[in-house]
Amino acid sequence: MLFRDLDFSAHDGQIWQITGANGAGKTTLLRILVGLHGFYEGEVRWDGPLAPSLLYLGHQPGVREELTARENLRYSQALAGQSGDVDAALDALGLYGFEDVPAGRLSAGQKRRIALARLWLGDKRVWVLDEPFTAIDQDGVARLDARLREAAAAGTLVLYTSHHRVGEDVHRLHLSGAGAEVLA
Amino acid sequence: MWKTIKRWYHQLGSPRYFYGFCNAVLPWLVPIALVVLVVGLAWGLAWAPVERYQGDSYRIIYIHVPASSGALMGYIAMGVAGLVALVWRMKMAEVMLKALAPFGAVLAAVSLITGALWGKPTWGTYWQWDARMTSMLILLFLYLGIIALQSAIRDPRQAARAASLLAVVGVINVVIVKYSVEWLQTLHQGATLKMVGESSINDAMKYPLLISMLGLWLLYAANVLIRARAEVLSRERRSGWVRKLVAPGDGKGGR
Amino acid sequence: MSAIWWASLRRELTLIWRAPADMVQPLFFFVVVVSLFPLGLSPKPELLALVAPGAVWVAALLAVMLSLDGLFRRDQESGALDQMLTAPVVTVVPVSAKLLAHWLLTGLPLALIAPLLGYMMQLPVAVLDTLMVSVLLGTPTLTVVGAIGAALTVGLNRGGILLAVLVLPLYIPVLVFGAGVVRTAQDGLPTDGLLAVLGAILALALSLGPVAVALGLRISAGD
Repeated sequence: MLFRDLDFSAHDGQIWQITGANGAGKTTLLRILVGLHGFYEGEVRWDGPLAPSLLYLGHQPGVREELTARENLRYSQALAGQSGDVDAALDALGLYGFEDVPAGRLSAGQKRRIALARLWLGDKRVWVLDEPFTAIDQDGVARLDARLREAAAAGTLVLYTSHHRVGEDVHRLHLSGAGAEVLA
Repeated sequence: MWKTIKRWYHQLGSPRYFYGFCNAVLPWLVPIALVVLVVGLAWGLAWAPVERYQGDSYRIIYIHVPASSGALMGYIAMGVAGLVALVWRMKMAEVMLKALAPFGAVLAAVSLITGALWGKPTWGTYWQWDARMTSMLILLFLYLGIIALQSAIRDPRQAARAASLLAVVGVINVVIVKYSVEWLQTLHQGATLKMVGESSINDAMKYPLLISMLGLWLLYAANVLIRARAEVLSRERRSGWVRKLVAPGDGKGGR
Repeated sequence: MSAIWWASLRRELTLIWRAPADMVQPLFFFVVVVSLFPLGLSPKPELLALVAPGAVWVAALLAVMLSLDGLFRRDQESGALDQMLTAPVVTVVPVSAKLLAHWLLTGLPLALIAPLLGYMMQLPVAVLDTLMVSVLLGTPTLTVVGAIGAALTVGLNRGGILLAVLVLPLYIPVLVFGAGVVRTAQDGLPTDGLLAVLGAILALALSLGPVAVALGLRISAGD
């Protein structure tokens, strides 16, 4: 058992940071929230169907090495039903010039950026991001941080796991063996 | 009537009630199953009349036929349990599916072994690719597949759901396999000798057969309940009622 | 929804195209396994013609099964599978595109070279077209049914052997009727009825299979 006595409700325009030691169940919690993990006791309730408004970025970036940056993002876009401009999104993450390079030849940080570019494609109101700040450099962290604040200000609900704290008024959820606790 | 069935379904769907049900039923079921099986087998093996063409060797049907029918019924039951587990996410169906597999696989193996032993005096060989033997061999493969998949997946609920899907696909497959191997026989007509059909059996031979069949099915049911009870305890080990059961004194108990 | 399907199909075809080994190796395997029969049995033409339908079919069956082991693995490891499962479309959409792409670049080539291997196995020229049609009708079923096993074993380390144990018993009807069609043609009997049976099995596989595959993927993800 990973965690128990977990009870929280999150609303539009909020940013929730989920923290906890390795193995505390952060990834599992996110997978439960997005409906990928079904073996738990308890209840998850979303206001309306989740799938159309969900943008889920898993622990792995979901980028195939055989495909170029643009092909990867195009597919993610089609699958998720987002409408934004793919090249502009890649550009926003500093991947200009790398659009046609197979992802296998890019660094781990650049691969992560391809996945993060989905956040610039719009149309999604619930973002669930598993360790989005991993593997990216300072510049990337700054861009992502700004993007999360911007989205929340526009009414997006952001739930993410990381030790990086986005802004002061972030809601925090801490998971530990003893139980889960909502801080602030 | 419908209401009663619905109530049973919900009650047996609760692990705690199921545990109590097993405890109430098993002390009766096990001895009854054993007595019925022993009566059926003794009657069939010792007292039933000798068959005209096959002599005493036909008597192996008192083991072979119950085992075959048990193996087939068990697999179909797994398919039904699998469907219930997948569609209604009913935990007890997952437990039943897991409990049905081992004894069913053993019965399929027993059916093959007794079939081979019977084949020697009847066909002159231990093994023939006859439709029933072939189907039973494939059924054994399907059982082993379910067991292999279950043991490969660590999370018990995930293992049970994976096995559920495989069992449902397997049941559809069993039907097609049956027709395909029967068709295969028509391609080589005359190559096989027919076993004695059930219809040619007279009453004095039939009753012990029916009794041993009933006995084996009851034994299978008892085995399933014993396994399911253990699985329920292991799955629910963190819940209050199991903790109390394990250590009634302090109410905390083991892990 | 159809836009997503076409985008998925394009992606899957591109993926296989970029890693052609995935496409070429099953074909190579097919050829090698069939070539083993004359070497292991006897090069006698009459004997080879007798076992040819079964030999070609068993080799095709194994080739498809082995090619399926990696069907979902890289998508799972890269996290792309989770994207498919959380997308606002039913999982059957990307899954069916994947199955079609896999068949187009594995099953179809197998069917196309089957007559050549049949010829090498001394099958009469007159039945080579039946052999090809039977493989053409049988391989999509093998792909779909095998994909159920691949979906259920995707997260497990020892996928290969386990996949074989799960899937091969499910392949038996296709083997029986697939090889049976060719033998019937060898005997000079009409094969329409048997081809119809293969077609019916295919229809069943296509109608229920993709749903089962999608369900299998969800189960493997932990749902």
